[in-house]
Amino acid sequence: MKATIQHTQQGIGLYIHWPFCLAKCPYCDFNSYVAEQIPQEAYAKALVQELQTTLAEIPKVPLTSIFFGGGTPSLMLPSTAQRLIDTATSLLPVSENLEITLEANPTSVENQKLKDFYHAGVNRASLGIQSLNPTALKALGREHSVGQAIEALTIAKKIFPRISFDLIYAREGQTIQEWEGELQEALALTHDHLSLYQLTIEPGTIFAKQYRQGKITLPDEELSTAMLTTTEMITNQYGLQAYEISNYAKPGAESRHNLTYWKYKDYIGIGPGAHGRVTLDQTLYATERHKNPVKWLEHVQQNGHALSVKEALTPAEKAQEMLLMGLRLIKGVQAQQFERRCGMALTDAVNMSMLSALVEENFLSWDQECLKTTPQGRLRLNAILEALLK
Amino acid sequence: MTDTPLELIRNFSIIAHIDHGKSTLADRLIQACGGLTQREMQAQVLDNMDIERERGITIKAQTVRLNYKAEDGRTYVLNLMDTPGHVDFAYEVSRSLAACEGSLLVVDASQGVEAQTLANVYQAIDARHEIVPVLNKVDLPAADVEDTKNQIEEIVGIPADDAIGVSAKTGLNIEAVLDALVKRLPPPKGDVNAPLQALLVDSWYDTYLGVIILVRVKEGRIKKGMRIRMMFNGSTYNVEQVGVFTPHMREVESLGAGEMGFINAAIKTVADCHVGDTITDDKKPAAKALDGFKPSVPVVWCGLYPMDADDFEKLRESLGKLQLNDASFHYEAETSAALGFGFRCGFLGLLHLEIIQERLSREFDLNLIATAPSVVYHLFKNDGSAEDLHNPADMPDPSYIDRIEEPWIKASIMVPDEYLGAVLGLCTERRGQQIDLTYVGTRAMAIYRLPLNEVVFDFYDRLKSATRGYASFEYQMDGYEESDLVRISILVNQEPVDALAFVAHRSVAESRGRAICAKLKDLIPRQLFKIAIQAAIGSRVIARETIGALSKDVTAKCYGGDISRKRKLLDKQKEGKKRMRQFGKVEIPQSAFLAALKIDR
Repeated sequence: MKATIQHTQQGIGLYIHWPFCLAKCPYCDFNSYVAEQIPQEAYAKALVQELQTTLAEIPKVPLTSIFFGGGTPSLMLPSTAQRLIDTATSLLPVSENLEITLEANPTSVENQKLKDFYHAGVNRASLGIQSLNPTALKALGREHSVGQAIEALTIAKKIFPRISFDLIYAREGQTIQEWEGELQEALALTHDHLSLYQLTIEPGTIFAKQYRQGKITLPDEELSTAMLTTTEMITNQYGLQAYEISNYAKPGAESRHNLTYWKYKDYIGIGPGAHGRVTLDQTLYATERHKNPVKWLEHVQQNGHALSVKEALTPAEKAQEMLLMGLRLIKGVQAQQFERRCGMALTDAVNMSMLSALVEENFLSWDQECLKTTPQGRLRLNAILEALLK
Repeated sequence: MTDTPLELIRNFSIIAHIDHGKSTLADRLIQACGGLTQREMQAQVLDNMDIERERGITIKAQTVRLNYKAEDGRTYVLNLMDTPGHVDFAYEVSRSLAACEGSLLVVDASQGVEAQTLANVYQAIDARHEIVPVLNKVDLPAADVEDTKNQIEEIVGIPADDAIGVSAKTGLNIEAVLDALVKRLPPPKGDVNAPLQALLVDSWYDTYLGVIILVRVKEGRIKKGMRIRMMFNGSTYNVEQVGVFTPHMREVESLGAGEMGFINAAIKTVADCHVGDTITDDKKPAAKALDGFKPSVPVVWCGLYPMDADDFEKLRESLGKLQLNDASFHYEAETSAALGFGFRCGFLGLLHLEIIQERLSREFDLNLIATAPSVVYHLFKNDGSAEDLHNPADMPDPSYIDRIEEPWIKASIMVPDEYLGAVLGLCTERRGQQIDLTYVGTRAMAIYRLPLNEVVFDFYDRLKSATRGYASFEYQMDGYEESDLVRISILVNQEPVDALAFVAHRSVAESRGRAICAKLKDLIPRQLFKIAIQAAIGSRVIARETIGALSKDVTAKCYGGDISRKRKLLDKQKEGKKRMRQFGKVEIPQSAFLAALKIDR
């Protein structure tokens, strides 16, 4: 009985993956495909089907957020979004302030669809602007212009109550002055939320190949550190605060859906390659869907879902996951919540002598209740996790 | 077969520098005497092992008995003793030479005399050999017969007027060589009726037959069924087989004085067969052993560790198997904090070390880490006791030490004179003392005394690069001398890395310590914490480097789908940590130590 109450308190998020794009960006390692003709109806039907099958199997906990990600989900028909939102909200109780986010690219075709998505139920737009510098947009392989980006923002502001957009910085050849200028320009256009990512080279991308061949270089550690520090300072001046390593928001405007990931709460993943973390009978399961869209579609058509992995997570695995996500948050990880979620004490999950060394070095702060990174520690989170986790 | 009159026997060896054509010449001689059919002629019959053939080095002595019908119409037995061809095996060479009455000195007429040739030819002179100079590769455009003859006379100091010009490759003039063996070499002496005295020249392990011993009978006769006694330790065995190599193994009833061949006496391991030992008749023993016996002693030691800790047992077995065939290398288990479980191994020299290491990796598929080679020091303590030290990690605190002696060598280096300056500079830098410097034409020969520990420390590599590979180098052990030696410890965050400790002369301690610290600085990846690398003598730090802390390492983007991937990545890193060694707060990958050890050599 108690478990149900907790679920009620916690709620659940829903992630829906749309795998198609107009073009593959050279830095992107997400599960996305360029298709000449998107079989809209087949995929819409399959997504609805998979959602129905999945929701039938989980407890009726309140839905806190829906996130359409991709790929480029703004390439789906607004009616598809409508059908999915209707399905989810009819099968699950809906929490107050249900957040429904759509990732959109600022091309003119997509700009025109924004209003229809709003009418379908989307109440938050996340625009993939990436840069306000024309040369950089080209280098990043983006299909839109600076003008279209600004147009998209202007349109979206009139439509959606909440808007975020992405920028990629610490790009090849970028100086700190150039970035400060671009960031200030962006902040003037910002509504209440920004995702500011430093460019990283992901394995398997076009950039990774070029990087190996020495065709592209990235700013050195010193410069990228300075860029991160200056970013936090400038966003602060505009009233936006970092709440995660790469995410900045006005108080209360944080992405509810993404917080679900970082706080390591339950979420359902629907669509090709989508991951989920779902509690069933007090056991937390990691779920995965078939990655390849064609395969995924076949499975859904045959079985009503395309689940490829469903494995119960051990306390140790949960502990690892909760820490590697939670320490990304400025507020860190609460010991009590940690123990409740993972079934083991935070102090048993980490190497305590390393913890005190890291605290001494001013990389972590720990007061027996909350473990969090310091600004210095955030810069080195990967190495800290590697050292800290048992 | 075994009753060949002494005057029809000739026992000879071939002395040559690597690549000067010893094996090819041996092949031609065998062919000319019909020892092998054309079909059986595999290039370089005598070099059995892959490594021998690849490096052109003979590791094990071999012998071939040939029948040669000479001009005088009589058939002579020519016993060719192939000798190990490297300085590390100087003692083994001396025993092989002691089994013969004469030598062919093979010199490449396009290359001239090399230092290694010289060392062996001096040994042959010491063994009172009749030496027949043979100029090989005279058919090459670069051959200079007159200059080579001149070098033989000037450098070696033997007449070369009647040197025979040949081409082992084409077979040119091979008859003349056979004829010279018969006419110019003396027949062996000895009395078949005297008590048995057979020289143990070499031994090896044959998978099917067990230990095979190569012998040269000096006096008396060795027979199948005889009970023999090893004069070094008195152990006795029954002779089960006696035979000769044609080069195929062929059994005979007995071998008499003056002859050479093999015996098989059901001996379990080659460790029971000491090169240079005297084999006698247990029932009618000889009064005394033959001269010149010396038990083999390793002069260079190093630690060998498996890269993968799970391979420790496999390494132990492999070392055991190798020792079946090579009693001259020693091994004992040891543990290193930095490298884990491994073995301390002793070798006759650096080449011997390399050969064993290479065989372990090639024949047994082992990935190994070798620590820097060390020589054997004589350590005299304040309490009057003395011990041999070959592991720098075992060196006691200086306050317990009265004095230390280190081994010296006498080295001969031959080099085109344009590189002489570089060679002299290198020898001086390595605490060398010049004994002699002579010129023949445009080539110089420098004789130096050098501390062996300076030679095991990348001397070959430096010599090679300073002379573009044109120098040839040879050495022999030349006693021990007291020296101002210190142990340099390498510390990572104040903790000593045992595998990197080394002994050096005080005058070079600081520069070497600095060099290693600088190397480690490049090899150890930056971490969350600062890493201090120090070189110290006792508690006194003589060099230091600091590896700054990592300033940024964070993934920019991480959402729901990445959790599994990131967790798997962390698991992988944890797996990698098994190859790490903890030094205080930091973990150093074993690969960094490995790389540091590699550069040292």
